[in-house]
Amino acid sequence: MANSSDPVRPRRSASDMVRLVRAATAPLRQSLAVSLSALGDSAQAAFARHFDSGYDPSASDGESRRGEGGIAVRNLSVRYGETYAFEGLTGEFAPASLTAVIGPNGAGKSSLLKTLAGIVRPATGEVICAALARHRLAYLPQQDELDRGFPITVAELVALGDWRNFGSVRGPPRHLAASVYEALATVGLLAVMDRQIAELSVGQFQRALFARLLLQDADVILLDEPFASLDESTTEDLLRFLQRWQSEGRTVVTVLHDLDRVRRHFPSTLLLARSPVAWGETSLSLSADNLARAQKAMVLPEGHRAGRAA
Amino acid sequence: MRIALVACFALALANGPIGTLLLMRRESLSGNVLSHAVMPGAALGFLYAGYSLAALTLGGLLTGLAVAGLAALTARSRPQRQDSSLIAFYLVSLSFGVLIVAARGSQADLMHVLFGTVLAVDVKALVLIASISSLTMLTVATLYRPFAVESFDPAFLRAVGGGGGVFRAIFITLVALNLVASFQAFGTLLAIGPMLLPAAAARCWTHRVWPTIALATVIGMAAALAGLLISYYANLPSGPAIVLGAGVIYGTSLLAAGRMRLKPKSLEGQ
Repeated sequence: MANSSDPVRPRRSASDMVRLVRAATAPLRQSLAVSLSALGDSAQAAFARHFDSGYDPSASDGESRRGEGGIAVRNLSVRYGETYAFEGLTGEFAPASLTAVIGPNGAGKSSLLKTLAGIVRPATGEVICAALARHRLAYLPQQDELDRGFPITVAELVALGDWRNFGSVRGPPRHLAASVYEALATVGLLAVMDRQIAELSVGQFQRALFARLLLQDADVILLDEPFASLDESTTEDLLRFLQRWQSEGRTVVTVLHDLDRVRRHFPSTLLLARSPVAWGETSLSLSADNLARAQKAMVLPEGHRAGRAA
Repeated sequence: MRIALVACFALALANGPIGTLLLMRRESLSGNVLSHAVMPGAALGFLYAGYSLAALTLGGLLTGLAVAGLAALTARSRPQRQDSSLIAFYLVSLSFGVLIVAARGSQADLMHVLFGTVLAVDVKALVLIASISSLTMLTVATLYRPFAVESFDPAFLRAVGGGGGVFRAIFITLVALNLVASFQAFGTLLAIGPMLLPAAAARCWTHRVWPTIALATVIGMAAALAGLLISYYANLPSGPAIVLGAGVIYGTSLLAAGRMRLKPKSLEGQ
């Protein structure tokens, strides 16, 4: 205000001053801009590392590395407090294999799956799984471990499967709507895509979760009793996905209860009763002898069930 | 009075999303525990520095987070008993805090710590509240997706590599921060009220997330305005008046929405 009311002061000198100041501070401003953008980059990198490590769009168009999709375990044990959920498991889920994990209640099947998925830390031994480290492992827990009351629509739930293309914070990619639509059509849920998940029947919800698995496109797929309380036709439909995944070169491990179904559809079987009873080709693993041994192993003196989710 | 109103509005803005997320995650109990866990630290701050904003805030935040960490550890070792251990934390924190305040302060101090005084919020406290509120909204806006997924399918989030415990920790920290912000105005006993009641009322009307958050914020503001006016004209304590206002809105929503609910199928599941 003082300037404009001062007629003596020539206008030029003011702009000269500005130019002078600009010239004088140019190197400073430049270096500031550089260091600021460097700071921005490193902040972005830190954010990605801690909060968004699942963002990896290159994974979807890169060449398939499914050959590395196997899981090897060595002397694996899981313990809750004093009780072993299972112990002494050594072996391999070969790449592109379809394995059923079967055993009496409390045999440690779910705990094994959780350990393979990296959720439960083993008490001894180790899991070697390249897919887990690359976030190319999918794990479907038993349905009651998911919160069905959560306000999310079927389409939104399925879209989450494409996580690696948007991660924690980015907007969804353009092709997402199309792939969600396709996955929903594949599992037969197009009619309910805008419903809340709470409104679905158990079978429909499981179909939605399978659609999410389709989008997830994982190399290793772990399923915990995926057919529990489903009707026959839904089970048959979903079983076909398991076989399709195996034929695509993915490694599929499924906890099951139905012996007949295992014999009919699963090439390999792990019979677990707190410790491995048999692991290999289904017809050999499920011999009457082995099944009897599995039953017997569960009625040992300390026959109480392991703490949680055994 | 004006400062109090602005403070309440700022709190409502942050409490909308936080309260909604707390309800969606079914963690209202942990929120309640946290609000009491703030007490011993704030009381210690009071003991050493009197009514110093920094001391009260820092102390409260520290014990709040400490108890949250302890609760998480207990939950890991014995998952089935989470409820009872949370209640134990809540009672112990509360008693501990009351003892500390009673040891040094007067009855009035105790009332202040327990129920807060909205009208005592000064400009300094307002700046703190506004900062926490802004930080909360920014964080929720940025990290909403992982917050949401972590709460209904944590195993999925872990598998796709979105991180797991990090988001839980950030969320709990946000809750603790907001409780500390509310502490001045509403005290440890009521701080959780303006957080949960508007969100609970909003959930009666809609189940979609963003509408719930918006509605919760509006309800929070309305309750604050009504509560402040009533407390001013009827000469009543303002914190309880505001929480009561939110409670009345919740009750009305529960009755009215139950009748007029468009979707007959209940999605509550709680």
